[in-house]
Amino acid sequence: MAEDCGEVQFFGVGGSPYARRVQIALKLKGVKYTYFEEDLRNKSELLLKYNPIYKKVPVLVHNGKPLAESLVILEYIDENWNKNYAILPQHPYDKAMARFWAKFIDEKCIPTVVKAAWTIQNEEREKAIQEATEALQFIENELKRYNHKFFGGDTIGLVDIAASFIAYWLPLLEEAADLTLLTVDKFPNLHKWSQEFTNHPVVKDNLPPRNGLLGFYKARYAALK
Amino acid sequence: MAKSEVKLLGAWPSPFVLRARIALNIKSVDYEFLEETFQPKSQLLLQSNPVYKKIPVLIHENKPICESLIIVQYVDDVWSSGGPSILPADPYDRAIARFWATYVDDKLFPAMKSIAGAKGEEERKRLIKEVEEGLALLEDAFNKITSKGNNKLFFGGDQIGYLDIAFGSLLGWLRVTEITTGVKLFDQVNTPGLANWAERFCAHAAVKDVMPHTHKLLEFAKTLMTKLAPI
Repeated sequence: MAEDCGEVQFFGVGGSPYARRVQIALKLKGVKYTYFEEDLRNKSELLLKYNPIYKKVPVLVHNGKPLAESLVILEYIDENWNKNYAILPQHPYDKAMARFWAKFIDEKCIPTVVKAAWTIQNEEREKAIQEATEALQFIENELKRYNHKFFGGDTIGLVDIAASFIAYWLPLLEEAADLTLLTVDKFPNLHKWSQEFTNHPVVKDNLPPRNGLLGFYKARYAALK
Repeated sequence: MAKSEVKLLGAWPSPFVLRARIALNIKSVDYEFLEETFQPKSQLLLQSNPVYKKIPVLIHENKPICESLIIVQYVDDVWSSGGPSILPADPYDRAIARFWATYVDDKLFPAMKSIAGAKGEEERKRLIKEVEEGLALLEDAFNKITSKGNNKLFFGGDQIGYLDIAFGSLLGWLRVTEITTGVKLFDQVNTPGLANWAERFCAHAAVKDVMPHTHKLLEFAKTLMTKLAPI
């Protein structure tokens, strides 16, 4: 892309689904950036300067002005580089729905899935799995209702990017933590969508290596048991 | 637009419902306010917000929109010519407003809400401190944001905007918290910028008729505590 993007710096961690959301969005828009890989056990001066409140990744810095929180950053990327590839829908109602589901994924889907993976005690684990299943069912139903290739229609949008956790990180958690959650009989639409999403030309080049992440999760699970 | 085309399902004490009401007022939208009954939750609520079963719900052309900040942005998009813009024009300013609004919901409000149910003096003190720190951050943000422009009245400039609405909607409950804890959170000493902003916000035409009175909220809070207190 010929457009001058200004100076764009992006602070992330390879394995973080939240950071990868920002990476996917930047790639979809063709924005050139400098990437800084953070070590969360030894956070850089720059990260602490740019995100003093949460001290987390992802952080986007555009012409010296920092932004934190992945969904805030995604909307910024969409609104600032608005000449190509719309990440959010145009129609106000569709836009509201996209924001709603992206928020739901963050507030309900991801926390319940993570809890289910890392809960060891049997009864509590069953309860956590039940909560995660209920949350994922809402997402499954949304896909079923609209029957499009992606949540964004023919192209990936805000909800697809937010749901990347479900497509890529969730199956790895299932494998590492002996978890059965996203079965094809209960979630046929999510399964189909996951395949499409992870094979998308931009997405597949911007996901963390499988083995590294799986090894990390397996080690964590072993330490818990 | 016919009044019946726009309905807001809510409850008068809720700061989240207040956000939606302020946004609709800014855009001069004629709407029907439906006071939710709770105990049990109404069919309308369960049908229009099956995911969270919470208020506010905006119903426009028979389609429900949920989550207060999403409603505010929707109102800004749909009735763009009905009143001043709620979100700033510049993408970075919009992002900053969204960041702080999310902070209010994710950090400030939960801490404030938890004070009443705190188990023990230590936890209570910790939560009060968290609220104080949050307000200090917002005071700082207010000074930064208003120092950029000529208009230093509101986070949104000379008109109330997204962050004014997101944060200002909590003022009633912040005042209640001051009364019940006996701690001054918000005043000329600790947060002079915000203290003055709060007065202007509450006096604003789009806010003053819908902002619940503090003494009414206090009574409501006392009733809630009585209901929730262990027998």
